[in-house]
Amino acid sequence: MTTNQSQSEADTTVDARGATCPGPLMDLISEVRAVDTGTVIALLSDAEKSPTEVEEWAEKSGNEVTDVVDQGDHNRIHVRKL
Amino acid sequence: MTEHIAIVGGGTGGTVLANTLAEKLGAEIAADKVEITLFNDGEDHVYKPVWLYVAFGQREPADGRRPLREVVDERVTIRHDYVVDIDYDRKELELVDAIDPAPYDKLVVATGAQLDPERVPGLADGSHHFYGEDGAQALRDELLTMDGGHIVLSVVGTPHMCPAAPLEFTFMVDDWLRERGRRDEFDITYTYPIMRVHGNEHIAEWADPRLRERDIGVETVFNAEAVDPKSETITSMEGTKLEYDLLVAIPPHTGSDFVESAGLGDGGWVDVDQHTLEATGFEDVYAIGDAAQTGVPKAGSAAHYQANVVAQRLASEVRGQPAAAVYGGKTICFIETGMDDATFVEFDYERPPEPSEPTQAMHWSKLAYNESYWLTARGLL
Repeated sequence: MTTNQSQSEADTTVDARGATCPGPLMDLISEVRAVDTGTVIALLSDAEKSPTEVEEWAEKSGNEVTDVVDQGDHNRIHVRKL
Repeated sequence: MTEHIAIVGGGTGGTVLANTLAEKLGAEIAADKVEITLFNDGEDHVYKPVWLYVAFGQREPADGRRPLREVVDERVTIRHDYVVDIDYDRKELELVDAIDPAPYDKLVVATGAQLDPERVPGLADGSHHFYGEDGAQALRDELLTMDGGHIVLSVVGTPHMCPAAPLEFTFMVDDWLRERGRRDEFDITYTYPIMRVHGNEHIAEWADPRLRERDIGVETVFNAEAVDPKSETITSMEGTKLEYDLLVAIPPHTGSDFVESAGLGDGGWVDVDQHTLEATGFEDVYAIGDAAQTGVPKAGSAAHYQANVVAQRLASEVRGQPAAAVYGGKTICFIETGMDDATFVEFDYERPPEPSEPTQAMHWSKLAYNESYWLTARGLL
């Protein structure tokens, strides 16, 4: 899912802009380790494959991607820890 | 007036930089226009890749260790102290043992990476590793006395030093057991945190079939959540549990506390311009090697090339010339694929790695490089 406007608010933000794959995903996983269940994390990434990688990881790990927002020079990916 | 160049960290990046600068600025040093000071908290320079071979009984830890004073040009002042903070306004470094702060006009942070196994419960007690002298020796003793069982190599933390090393260990332990006719007494499993067997897609595509054809189990999307040393199990946050007889882990890494306290970047990693290696938002501060957030692997070769670039930039700045040298992301890496063969990759920000078919000649090239490393540290190779 990719939208142009954010449909949800995040509880916390991980700014991984500038990092190459799989850095953004690993930064996200570190944050998922640290937060409580139900927390929505916004991952900011300009790595091209981040939306796909995060979607695949979330599906396998039992978490949920709630929003992918195209911000022009980067994506804002919202993930809820389940 | 003397210009002070301060380098914090005496690993590969800091040492190559100090030696290259001493060579480039020899005339200015002789004329007391420039003073180069290398700050290091220990007495020795350590070549960490030796530890992988220590685990297989092929090298001793002492083979990777020499007094820093023997490796660093005599025109460089070495101070064995720990830098804890920076006063950017006064351009001074705060030290643990010295009463007076140390002045700098140009500062290079080369503080490297360190292990942080405490981030995963049970990991420190329940696993072995080859990312330190003691760890590599303990792993060697365990390997030599095992009667068979399940060896699990788990990449717990990324980024980590030498991204090729987990694959190298896995290929080497497989081959090491085959050479002894004992491979059928062991199962081997390799785990990686994301959907492929390595962070770099090209390396992953090359390595994946090689792992499987050697009957090495592969668990991807495996982020270790906890290790239970009593039951000898490792559990991932994705819900997979593995039983092991020997767990070899790549522990989580962190940067220097000093980087964090000096406000240079989160987690001990310095935010830098990936081409100029200047610290983002700070004047006259550079970072190189594992400490620098460039996007390239935390590898000695990257630190070496970055040190050369910063040496050129600093020499230009000292002479009042434009600093034109830039880092293009160049990294080279040997990858052992067994006890007797290896491949080689070279890549940068634009060009991906392309591993070639492993050869015995490349394995010997890696061993030869390990021997000649001391010339690299001295800035000669």
